Amino acid sequence: MTVKVLYFASLRELVGHSSVSVLLESPQTAGSLWSQVNPDVERPEACLVAINQEYADLQTVVQDGDEVAFFPQVTGG
Amino acid sequence: MRQILILEQSFDPWQQIIEFQAQDLQGLTNYGATATFVGTMRDMNEGDDVSEMILEHYPAMTEKQLQAIVDEAESRWPIQHTLLTHRVGVISPSDPIVLVAVWSAHRAAAFEACRFLMEDLKHKAPFWKQEKLLSGEKRWVSGNTPGTTED
Repeated sequence: MTVKVLYFASLRELVGHSSVSVLLESPQTAGSLWSQVNPDVERPEACLVAINQEYADLQTVVQDGDEVAFFPQVTGG
Repeated sequence: MRQILILEQSFDPWQQIIEFQAQDLQGLTNYGATATFVGTMRDMNEGDDVSEMILEHYPAMTEKQLQAIVDEAESRWPIQHTLLTHRVGVISPSDPIVLVAVWSAHRAAAFEACRFLMEDLKHKAPFWKQEKLLSGEKRWVSGNTPGTTED
């Protein structure tokens, strides 16, 4: 299964890129996806996650074709 | 009537309200109250002079979230029309960042929905501010100030 991973704002700077396509052997949570894709980068505690442009949490299981986004607290307005 | 805009260029919120009323609300006489909020970029934050700001967003999610926030406001209050505009890109001090305007039959719904829209946007819409200080340093804004004086 393939998922697209996106990073925004300070998390994009932390990992050094804005997006990556990832081939996974089996479904896994968004939290473990981070660990697999960024084994050398500790996930910040305040990291938010969205799956297919909807808020999710780090325990949500990622499915084939999902777009998973990691980002810090939002600060618009 | 609902209008949601994400703009990369600077905009005049008051002109937008005039145009929205003249074009989209032309002939409508069902509203009796209009509440507006305009957020503008300051030239200082946390004691530092800020020369510029970059507003980043997650385009596909921003649109969905803003629509959902307006849906929620419409389900809670009898509001008739909503105008919501948000800047992205490079922003200078005194530039408007956000406009929320709500039209309703009576003031209670207009005031309350306008505040709700602004607060929900601040907490849910995927925008991020990066400040460029006068010193040249760049830093991400890490959180929001309270939305009420009682917080």
